[in-house]
Amino acid sequence: MAYSEKVLDHYNNPRNVGSLDKKSANVGTGMVGAPECGDVMKLQIQVNEENGIIEDAKFKTFGCGSAIASSSLATEWLKGKTVDEALAIRNTDIVNELSLPPVKIHCSVLAEDAIKAAISDYRAKQTTKTAAEQTVA
Amino acid sequence: MKTPLYLDNHATTRMDPRVLDAMLPYFTEHFGNAASRNHEFGWAAEQAVDKARKQIADLIGASPREIVFTSGATESDNLAIKGVAEMYAEKGNHIITAATEHKAVLDTCKKLEKHGYRVTYLPVLADGLVDLDMLREAITDKTILVSIMYANNEIGVIQPVAEIGRLCREKGVLFHTDGVQAIGKVPVNVETDIIDIMSITAHKMYGPKGVGALYVRRRNPRVQLTAQMDGGGHERGMRSGTLNVPGIVGLGEACAICHREMATEMPRLQALRDRLKTKLEAGLDELYLNGSWEHRLPNNLNMSFAYVEGESLLMGISDIAVSSGSACTSATLEPSYVLKALGLGDDIAHSSIRFGIGRFNTEEEIDYVAARLIEVVTKLRELSPLYEMAKEGIDLSKVQWAHD
Repeated sequence: MAYSEKVLDHYNNPRNVGSLDKKSANVGTGMVGAPECGDVMKLQIQVNEENGIIEDAKFKTFGCGSAIASSSLATEWLKGKTVDEALAIRNTDIVNELSLPPVKIHCSVLAEDAIKAAISDYRAKQTTKTAAEQTVA
Repeated sequence: MKTPLYLDNHATTRMDPRVLDAMLPYFTEHFGNAASRNHEFGWAAEQAVDKARKQIADLIGASPREIVFTSGATESDNLAIKGVAEMYAEKGNHIITAATEHKAVLDTCKKLEKHGYRVTYLPVLADGLVDLDMLREAITDKTILVSIMYANNEIGVIQPVAEIGRLCREKGVLFHTDGVQAIGKVPVNVETDIIDIMSITAHKMYGPKGVGALYVRRRNPRVQLTAQMDGGGHERGMRSGTLNVPGIVGLGEACAICHREMATEMPRLQALRDRLKTKLEAGLDELYLNGSWEHRLPNNLNMSFAYVEGESLLMGISDIAVSSGSACTSATLEPSYVLKALGLGDDIAHSSIRFGIGRFNTEEEIDYVAARLIEVVTKLRELSPLYEMAKEGIDLSKVQWAHD
């Protein structure tokens, strides 16, 4: 199978590889996929609590080159977006950007799921935090 | 050293230039039909075919008259299994094979099941070997054929062929073995291994693609097969079709070279294979060998690089041709059924790489391959959330994964 140039670029020079402190209140972590399916993506966002903008994003992926490229691209797109804007990212955007073949569409779906999971984790933490603050008040 | 490097010799092999030299005259000069009995063109072709028949027979301890030419091992497997099933239908309808067989055997058996035959697919032990007691118990008075491969194409595991042959002989059941990975690589002898029918192909032993053979025992017992290809009655009626004379000459020459050089080639390939394993183990942790180490082809290495997905690994070593048991490299999106049959988790199957070392590989190439793999696996592990979790002491088998 031939890979698109963009997939190769992300695979050879993955952007934003690493981990953020998953215990931090302004960090949301999404982990999707399963080892037996051959794909696991961990995607993290760090949100500026003042303005709601994603100021950092990191990923680690176990999976094929297209899965690595999809998650690498996702972290690039997430940075600088608000959480709501991030939710608007669709897997089809990733498919188009990376020219993924049909057999690799599931990689883009996984990346979209990872974004959503990270945001949902962040929001859950924020709700807990707000609730805790109200209790204290 | 010229890249890309080829270490996928279980898929196919580069043709030996000596084989090509032997074949060339049979395209434009001696182009006759081996079945033309009444002129010199036919005689020259027939003579060449007879020579090849002897070269093949000599390699496997058979008689030239027991060799039936085919288009390759898939056809040979089909002819052996369907041919026995049809010929011995009155005796019984039960066939025994193993879960790790090649698709040419498994799918042929599945087809027969649709026609009323009963097939037992024996599981294998964790090292890939067939359990002889299990085989003995599976044989019934309706069993007509046991088909177990000599050596596996993914993990290189060599089955206890002689023991299987002896058991089949004792029970009066025919024994077919797909010999393609073993013939020319390790000593194979139809007498001492007690084989009744054996599939052979040229392109796995430095011969041309599109030509193979089936060994069919003629005495003690005399095996009969119902032809699956009807026509001019070539090959003693077992396989009609004008003989592929240049291909057959190539198959014969390939066998002759293997026969002559096996004693030096086998230890050389084994030394290269062992060198690769030693280097990989020195440079990386959490490597797993798939299949028996002891009962294994000298040129095969199949290892799983935990926490790294096979296709992404292949992508990182794009100047090296190997193959992976990862689902992503297959058309079906299923990881290797052979590795799964060993009881390995899908995650280990996804992380596996098969190395098939061949006649044209050098020590310099092996060192390069080891260095590249160590580099790429290390890089991909830095990228792997699973490696990170494992290093944190998390037991990955206990994690609840978010399935969609």
